[in-house]
Amino acid sequence: MSTTLFLVQILNGVQLGVLLFLIAAGLTLVFGVMDFINLAHGVQYMLGAYLAVAFYGYVDNFLLALILALLASLVFGLLLEFFVFRHLYDRDHLDQVIATFGIILFLNHGVRMVWGAAPLSLPVPEFFTGSVVLMSGLLYPVWRLAIIGSGLAIAVGLYVLVTFTRIGMLVRAGATNARMVSALGVNIKRLFMIVFGFGTMLAGFAGIMIAPIISVEPGMGDNILILAFVVIVIGGIGSIRGAFVAALLVGLVDTLGRSFSVDILRLMMGPSPARMAGPAIASMLIYVLMALVLYARPTGLFPARGR
Amino acid sequence: MSATTLAASKAVAPPRSGIILPALIFIVFALLPVVAALTTRQYLVDVGCRMMVFAVAAIALDLLVGYAGLISFGHAAFIGLGAYAVGILSAHGVGEGLIALPIAIAVSMLFAWLTGIVCLRTSGAYFIMITLAFGQMAYFIATSLAPYGGDNGLTIAARSTIAGWPLLKNDRAFYYFTLLCLLAAYLFCRALVGSRFGRVLRGGKENAVRMAAIGFNVQRFRLVAYVIAGGLGGLSGFLLANLTEFVAPAYMSWQQSGELIVMVILGGVGTLDGALLGSATYLLAEEWLSGFTENWKVIFGPILVLVVLFARGGLIGLGSWLRRRVFHA
Repeated sequence: MSTTLFLVQILNGVQLGVLLFLIAAGLTLVFGVMDFINLAHGVQYMLGAYLAVAFYGYVDNFLLALILALLASLVFGLLLEFFVFRHLYDRDHLDQVIATFGIILFLNHGVRMVWGAAPLSLPVPEFFTGSVVLMSGLLYPVWRLAIIGSGLAIAVGLYVLVTFTRIGMLVRAGATNARMVSALGVNIKRLFMIVFGFGTMLAGFAGIMIAPIISVEPGMGDNILILAFVVIVIGGIGSIRGAFVAALLVGLVDTLGRSFSVDILRLMMGPSPARMAGPAIASMLIYVLMALVLYARPTGLFPARGR
Repeated sequence: MSATTLAASKAVAPPRSGIILPALIFIVFALLPVVAALTTRQYLVDVGCRMMVFAVAAIALDLLVGYAGLISFGHAAFIGLGAYAVGILSAHGVGEGLIALPIAIAVSMLFAWLTGIVCLRTSGAYFIMITLAFGQMAYFIATSLAPYGGDNGLTIAARSTIAGWPLLKNDRAFYYFTLLCLLAAYLFCRALVGSRFGRVLRGGKENAVRMAAIGFNVQRFRLVAYVIAGGLGGLSGFLLANLTEFVAPAYMSWQQSGELIVMVILGGVGTLDGALLGSATYLLAEEWLSGFTENWKVIFGPILVLVVLFARGGLIGLGSWLRRRVFHA
């Protein structure tokens, strides 16, 4: 287990964590403010990636494709909000789960019909190709650094937005007691719509940023959605700060677990049982982490007050 | 205040469980192989068998969702565990159903007990998500079981024997065995929800604080219900493994859990009969819509959204609404 490998895996873990944060932030806001379980958040991430690929095919310019895909994700999210989700805010969680599950089925198979089941790919923008030497013997792809950088920038931006602006204040108030906010004369419907559109755009952004390094395929949002749920449950539903801490935690635990579980187990048992048990234990780690956190603190690490 | 009390007491009173609908469903199931033989549509037996296998799991899930108010999004894990118990035992040369069935049920109950202790500390949305995560955990364990097929799954050499006899080898015999299991599961759950135990569960769903105030430890009742539902899921898994003679991690994917919830909602939650009706309808819809397009879920997804938006109460609710309309007219 060399130091460079360890550092590379830490960076990979942070990159996964940042990606998870982009998705979890929207999910936790929508949940915290509107008490709405949006299972369709993962397909919105998938849609972001598909739209980026499609627009890139037309305009052949990554930045332009990114902007167009972001706008298209936003429009699509707002349409969904207007036609479906808006009517579900007052319903119980079961109805929300079923309706958004229906949307997952529709979109997962819809993109398969439009773009085919075969994985698509998006080239890394030219300016960000190749790797940089971070220290002697430690090469790291520039694009992954760009993902980390943009994710952290968004995290800081969100922090400023939520802590220091009027809309952020309303969001925090909404997460604590939405009915009271409404009673004080705030147009809660508009607030919901803004929060929802913003969350959708963040998920779409995550999909676009990750598209150059993974294959874009139907169902790609499903597993990441579950991870995002783990993140917001560990972090405490409705808390951006909790989502950030938990996302990095989950990203690091998952990545390091997958990389080093076999090596660590080999210290305790023979090489062949370690090779067998390693991957199984690695894929369980974050769920065990979640179970431990929830056992100790049933409402997560940083629960939003009032809930 | 008095209105809520009235509504609550109404809900806690045992729901009117008609005998006609379930009897009708079971008669149809019993006659299906005969119809299949007469019309030489053998695939009907297969479809019917799948309906009944999933109905077992759906009934168990309805016990949780409809009566205990626990929205479990990891129910497919129990099916998978039951199925893997059959598959792994068979891979080691144990094809005896009298061994595999109890083990399948016991493993699922054990998993339900262990995860239930953690899950039930949470409530509401946290419960949905933590059961989802535990389901995923089981799924990933299954995909990393390299000696038992890993991602690709595991083919089972032959259906389980009963006391050494290959009684289930014949498709029709297996069909009636499944019907028997479903009937037993249904009657068991019916008795359960009508008992004191079921009343405590429903009371806890309506108002856990009041139930605690009159001296019930609701969490313990919920845990028992969760373990029972897990065991029935294991039974369903045992049947599914034997039906397909194949086990794969996909049995416990979270989409499968979602589909089980869809079955319960589609039929009408909190009625048990709805779970029977819902699983049959879901698999029929799959059979029918997949005739149009391979991507039949593109059609089914929006239907689901419409059902939630406009047809609350599922098929059972729709039925009683129609009956009311006819009587008033």
